[in-house]
Amino acid sequence: MTERAYDLTSRPRYEDDPNLILRYTHAARLTHWAVAVAYVLLFFSGLALFHPYFYWLSFLYGGGAFMRALHPFLGVSLAILFFAYAARIWRDNLFLPNDTLWLRRVIDVMNKRAEIPVEGKYNAGQKLMFWSMVLCILCLLGSGLVMWRPYFAPSFAASARRVAAVVHASIAFVMFVGIGVHVYAAYWTKGAIRAMTRGYVTRAWARFHHPGWYHEAAERTPRPGKGEVA
Amino acid sequence: MSLQSLDIKARSATTSPPPGARRTLEVAKLIDVSRCIGCKACQAACMEWNDLREEVGENHGFYTNPADLSDQSWTLMRFYEEQIEGSLQWLILKDGCLHCADPGCLKACPAPGAILQYSNGLVDFQQEFCIGCGYCSTGCPFNIPRYSKKDQKAYKCTLCSDRVSVGLEPACIKTCPTQALSFGSKEDMLNQAEHRLVDLRERGFARAAVYDPAGVGGTHVIFVLPHGDRPEAYGLPRDPKVSPAVELWRGWFAKSLGVFTMFAVFVAGIFHYMKVGPLEVKEDEDKEARP
Repeated sequence: MTERAYDLTSRPRYEDDPNLILRYTHAARLTHWAVAVAYVLLFFSGLALFHPYFYWLSFLYGGGAFMRALHPFLGVSLAILFFAYAARIWRDNLFLPNDTLWLRRVIDVMNKRAEIPVEGKYNAGQKLMFWSMVLCILCLLGSGLVMWRPYFAPSFAASARRVAAVVHASIAFVMFVGIGVHVYAAYWTKGAIRAMTRGYVTRAWARFHHPGWYHEAAERTPRPGKGEVA
Repeated sequence: MSLQSLDIKARSATTSPPPGARRTLEVAKLIDVSRCIGCKACQAACMEWNDLREEVGENHGFYTNPADLSDQSWTLMRFYEEQIEGSLQWLILKDGCLHCADPGCLKACPAPGAILQYSNGLVDFQQEFCIGCGYCSTGCPFNIPRYSKKDQKAYKCTLCSDRVSVGLEPACIKTCPTQALSFGSKEDMLNQAEHRLVDLRERGFARAAVYDPAGVGGTHVIFVLPHGDRPEAYGLPRDPKVSPAVELWRGWFAKSLGVFTMFAVFVAGIFHYMKVGPLEVKEDEDKEARP
């Protein structure tokens, strides 16, 4: 058989669709999913340590001892990845005037009775999520370091470790609720998961959910072949 | 491997009840501080019976040697120089696990079966199940568990659970040359301690007292302290109890609230989706939807 390679370069690519517009870059998506994987691993191992009903989850990690040793390293990895990501997007998460309206009418938004025009790349709910995650991860990182054996825990008094343990467990559940809302909102808002997997959203989606951001983004990447742009 | 598998009263990170068909006699070790001469025979016997060898350390300028409890030293004579009622007192305390009736270590431990409390009162670590998290030392009001740098497991006095289970007294008791250490039923040990108090009070130690702290439900290592009004002078906490933070963190309320929260998030998501349905954008209606 002769060696033959089919040339696919001439085929239209997914991102060439003029109806699509880039929302999350490769780097943003990869960082997001790395954080997500770290979070899932942290959640299951943390849950196994928190409640004996879930101790069986330790078998996912090759037993309790390895899980216990791994958990803090995963935590630090998540913090590094998250804050690297946050450093790039925090400006887009500053609150804008229209965000108060969004927050006031959040019940209507949740029930599809109203859609509040969003000025920036993120709506007020996403911004709230962003800042609460910043806070949660800082608290978890700090309290986690205090409990981290064998490296840091021995230099802290038992009383400090006790407080850290309570803080770590409580904030972990606040974070779980936050992540739960985040995941559900992404599933509920059709098109959002595709935005974070493939990077693109339809122009209609962008106009509807994030009109302010759409106008900016559309200026940078005008729709080709429609006669609007020469 | 746990000895006396029928006689387990409490098991760490376990929600099902322990075997309850049999109850054994509650035992205790009595440490009569007034009789202790600080010879460290108990330390040597502990290392000998448990086959442990502390590394040769350095002189820190006091008699306490080694300087602290460790994975190799489960009991330790601590020496204190204290000014009490105008005179210098040389106080000696045999430090080690007190085997609490309400053990903070067991409460805090997240690894099922890594800490056992036998029905005779002994609290025993099962290192094979230990995951090295250090929660036991976070839970302990007496700062007893110590970690091996080699294997990241926690160690402490077992009260010679292996010897006690076959009817022998702990190694430290057997070796004590001054009868400062006794072992028997908790009831007998408390009676014996009361007798010692009478004797000590006659000899002028008016504030002699038994240290069997109620805050941790009593202990299975109890002390006769000649200066019983000042347990701190012996390095013992005045009113030890499992910290409220540990009770909150490892208690049923926090655990139930955590599990409830988790399920509430799932259920809320499912209900919302069923009632409201997905938020979709039709490709051709967006112009009208957004004026």
